[in-house]
Amino acid sequence: LDYQHVQVPFEITLWIMLASLAKIGFHLYNKLPSVVPESCLLIFVGLIMGGIIYGLNDKSPPVMDSDIFFLYLLPPIVLDAGYFMPSRPFFENIGTILLYAVVGTIWNVFGIGFSLYGICQVKAFHLQDVSLLHNLLFGSLIAAVDPVAVLAVFEEIHVNEKLHILVFGESLLNDAVTVVLYKLFRSFCEMPTIKSADVFAGVGKFFVVGLGGVLVGLTFGMTAAFTTRFTKDIRVIEPLFVFLYSYLSYLTAEMFHLSGIVAIIACAMGMKRYVEANISLKSHTTVKYFMKMWSSVSDTLIFIFLGVSTIGENHEWNWPYICFTVIFCLIWRALGVLVLTFFVNRFHVNTITSKDQFIIAYGGLRGAICFSLVFLLPDFHRKKLFIAATTVVILFTVFVQGMTIRPLVDLLAVKRKRESAPTVGEQIHIRFLDHLLAGIEDISGHWGQYYWKDKLEYFNSKYLQKILLREYDQPKSSIVLLYEKLERKHAIELAEAGQLGRAPSHPSLLCSGFLCSNDRTVIIDKKLEDTLNPGVLENIQEILARNLYRIRRTGPAYNRHTLPGETEPVEHAKEILILRHKSL
Amino acid sequence: GSLGAHPPSPLSLPPTVTSEQIEHLHRRFKQLSRDQLTIRKENFDSIPDLEFNPIRGKIIHAFFDKRRNLRQESDGLADEINFEDFLTIMSYFRPIEMNMDEEQLDRFRKEKLKFLFHMYDSDHDGKITLQEYRNVVEELLSGNPHLEKESVRSIADGAMMEAASICVGQMGPDQVYEGITFEDFLKMWQGIDIETKMHVRFLNMETIAHCY
Repeated sequence: LDYQHVQVPFEITLWIMLASLAKIGFHLYNKLPSVVPESCLLIFVGLIMGGIIYGLNDKSPPVMDSDIFFLYLLPPIVLDAGYFMPSRPFFENIGTILLYAVVGTIWNVFGIGFSLYGICQVKAFHLQDVSLLHNLLFGSLIAAVDPVAVLAVFEEIHVNEKLHILVFGESLLNDAVTVVLYKLFRSFCEMPTIKSADVFAGVGKFFVVGLGGVLVGLTFGMTAAFTTRFTKDIRVIEPLFVFLYSYLSYLTAEMFHLSGIVAIIACAMGMKRYVEANISLKSHTTVKYFMKMWSSVSDTLIFIFLGVSTIGENHEWNWPYICFTVIFCLIWRALGVLVLTFFVNRFHVNTITSKDQFIIAYGGLRGAICFSLVFLLPDFHRKKLFIAATTVVILFTVFVQGMTIRPLVDLLAVKRKRESAPTVGEQIHIRFLDHLLAGIEDISGHWGQYYWKDKLEYFNSKYLQKILLREYDQPKSSIVLLYEKLERKHAIELAEAGQLGRAPSHPSLLCSGFLCSNDRTVIIDKKLEDTLNPGVLENIQEILARNLYRIRRTGPAYNRHTLPGETEPVEHAKEILILRHKSL
Repeated sequence: GSLGAHPPSPLSLPPTVTSEQIEHLHRRFKQLSRDQLTIRKENFDSIPDLEFNPIRGKIIHAFFDKRRNLRQESDGLADEINFEDFLTIMSYFRPIEMNMDEEQLDRFRKEKLKFLFHMYDSDHDGKITLQEYRNVVEELLSGNPHLEKESVRSIADGAMMEAASICVGQMGPDQVYEGITFEDFLKMWQGIDIETKMHVRFLNMETIAHCY
């Protein structure tokens, strides 16, 4: 038995197997995921596993290594989030998102840090040796909202798009702030004296970290797009480039002490448009599937390890400190959201309602990032206290807030996601509005949102597309892309159903009007009515009956379990017939 | 139809802008008109960025539409517009105010959508016919020179059919769908919150002066 030889890969595979089997188990029992979010169940499984290991070995189970978390488990999830991020709502709300992510996080950090320091002053709690700096350090790691936890919970509750993007965008972008503050306070802990110059250096560092991350991400993204331009003859390894470049951008950013999360998101969002135009359809599907698979596995493993690491002797249970930590996290988050939203609503037409505000505050879940950061703390005598507090906060937010957010959303009647099929008509209207508003901004001499968007589009079509796209000679509008996507789906459905009909027998009549049939009705352009007699009409109806164009509903793009376009066609989706007259 | 034969009274639809904004727009007006009192169509050619806008023609046309947008008694296109007319058009793009009630919001929304409807409906017969819709799509996609006319038509036809299904749904065997009326148009735009989207940011909410 040569166990030593295969130990490491064997154990890793076993853990992944356990995670996947646990997932199957939950979904077998249908009712459970709707009441208890998956993340809770996974932590629970982890707790059980941890308990078993502890019982067997009589020592603490293996704690999740921070390196493994940051280098292997976190990137797939963030990549998945960034790649499937709906860019339109993201950029429309970018100001608000950045405000919450940057100012909100700083507010939380200092608020929690100072109030916990205040608690430490109380003699009865025996906490006097926890200095202000330690409290601020703890605050910096516990204040940030975690994207993994938020994603896990919010994708099951389907709130309206704007709310989702606000919470989610914030959880992704606050990484820059967290990285800077955490490293700053950690270095302060080791320095004998702190000068004000160091503080300013910290502020400057924030800009470097954030913008540097974006730059690194965009560089790798553009390189990836450029590479895929030449992959026409080796389609098989196309998906690999997407993953390699994204991962490299993450690692490079981490190497330079920049924000890896921001880098990988910038990379994914930057390259998506060009890569999708260059790679084949099959590669595209492969990329989608692999991303979902990896992020799913990572997600599951993270929560199980969270559960496992909770058991053991790593904790110092000082209940007053722990309880106050939880309370302060809640209070400061609520205050922060209230104050910031007040400012946001002054400048924005589309106000954030108080219901939405409540959900934003309540949805501030903490997760594995805090957990890993606390283990990375330098060893000092109160480290175990912080570990215990972090564990309790995470468990509280995931279990209590995670489980109750769905009934609260129902109770408060928060505006839900609008379920509707993507239609070509809507695309047309949106683009029309875009151009209209850009034109009005040009006329009124105002350099607004649409003006810049227009300029970016112009830059894109003039320079970027020429360099990064393989088939430049066909720049595609979003209207055309959507139409082609729907047509393709339609063609696949026809092929599967074996219903591709014969060519129309009266081609000349069909080229100047348009015909639509629903059951046996016919809609005709008024001018054409005169030229058609009933006999011809009937013939056309017959032809049309063979060719179906069904509008399908698609699920949300950021669902962990399904890919877009895979949900079952809704029974009452109207059947509309269109006749493809490409051959005419 | 819902287009109405009478122009709305001055008090019912006040375009509200502040005095600073009026000054800004006035400066811009003077710039465009080269210090004259009125602007003609040719003056819009001096805006360089507008050249690349695919629906440029429709936008400029909207500025000179006498009955619908300028709220005048007569039909047809004006040759020139003064500053007051310019402001009238700009007022369609003002944002919603905080203290608007349901009825005001609804009227606000309809006003904006009517402006859009007039842009789609080029012959002003109250219906967007298939030909007009095709025309809109053609203009929107005019930036893609390699797109075949055939494909553009198919896209417009597909969109028209979607509109038919939304607006009319199940149709009887002899029914004919002539075109998108204003009510249908309202239905089509239900999902898009136009009150918040269709506004130019600098026209903000403070109302110090009323101008009509």
